[in-house]
Amino acid sequence: MIEYYLSLFVRAVFIENMALVFFLGMCTFIAISKKIETSMGLGIAVVVVLTITVPVNNLLYQYLLADGALAWAGLPDVDLSFLGFLSYIGVIAAIVQTLEMFLDKYVPALYNALGVFLPLITVNCAILGASIFMVNRDYNFAESVVYGFGSGLGWAIAIVVLAGIREKMKYSDVPQGLRGLGITFITVGLMSLGFMSFGGISL
Amino acid sequence: MSTREILLNPLFVNNPIGLQILGICSALAVTTKMSVALVMCIALTLVTAFSNLFISMIRNQIPGSIRIIVQMTIIASLVIVVDQVLGAVAYDISKQLSVFVGLIITNCIVMGRAEAFAMQNPPGLSFLDGIGNGLGYSVVLMLVATIREFFGSGSLFGIEVLPLVTNGGWYSPMGLMLLPPSAFFIIGLLIWALRAWKTEQVEEPEYEIGGHTALSKV
Repeated sequence: MIEYYLSLFVRAVFIENMALVFFLGMCTFIAISKKIETSMGLGIAVVVVLTITVPVNNLLYQYLLADGALAWAGLPDVDLSFLGFLSYIGVIAAIVQTLEMFLDKYVPALYNALGVFLPLITVNCAILGASIFMVNRDYNFAESVVYGFGSGLGWAIAIVVLAGIREKMKYSDVPQGLRGLGITFITVGLMSLGFMSFGGISL
Repeated sequence: MSTREILLNPLFVNNPIGLQILGICSALAVTTKMSVALVMCIALTLVTAFSNLFISMIRNQIPGSIRIIVQMTIIASLVIVVDQVLGAVAYDISKQLSVFVGLIITNCIVMGRAEAFAMQNPPGLSFLDGIGNGLGYSVVLMLVATIREFFGSGSLFGIEVLPLVTNGGWYSPMGLMLLPPSAFFIIGLLIWALRAWKTEQVEEPEYEIGGHTALSKV
């Protein structure tokens, strides 16, 4: 049993890396990866939010939206799965907002570190993407916890590594038109090539 | 800004992907086949245009503090419509697009245009701005898809152009083109090409490399 979850975790972190294999959360990935410190903050925020939102959306899907999920309420024929997107994004926005208020009140140190990034996360495709993947792959609750945490961690690792490379790269002499955005894409391409070597791993 | 500028500027001068780094999440993922990319382009252009139109229509009624949620709801509803229509009309393609239709909701182009343009401008212009930005996105997406499908599988829109070795032809397909890294390389090189042509888009260096100080003092 443990092996199964471990394998799911490794898959989510390396083999199916959110940023480098599925291209999710690219906008923030490219825009906020100039400094290791800020990208670390954003990475942690993504891990926290994903670990909470994916399981919550899983419960929402299992008990409200899926075909026949409303059987407990005496409505076995109702299929609300078309409301999926709207509900997931609503849940994500609500959780991010609540998390922000909770951290502000009880863990001010963490709030100050993450504060700026939390609102940004609502519109990060990696968060919504993970929820949709979870539904597509029919994960149960335990699997969705592991998947949420793993995919968040994978994204965080990728952005911190990219920030490390970019910090060094600003001292190099890049051709004019390639400067900034262009060379960043090529770097990410090389990183993605590197991550493909995890492809054969199975536990 | 004239109507023409609103419609055409996003194509090259102010391309949402090339310059504003918006919406690349999906730009990379759905470009292994041209037909899939085309459907994605149409979906995104429609969603951007109509979300701009609707948000612009009610822009004076939206309270500032909850505007993001209002925008999200409108965009998400439009995406649900697009997703349902795709599922009914083009089931195979909607399977290949998998999560990426749903991710139009968080596509930064849609949100970005709603926030930056539709909140300040009348509905007609906003609609055109949405179409323009959708087209700007489409140009890049189709270009990437053309390169990837042509070299990756020797075909265009699924029609074989270069006869493959497996079918008795001479072209041995470049497998890399169908893998994720190639999308990053192609976008990077496209941005380079665009900036070599429109030099005003070149970014300022963050750190100037000085001359060889030891030599220059001599």
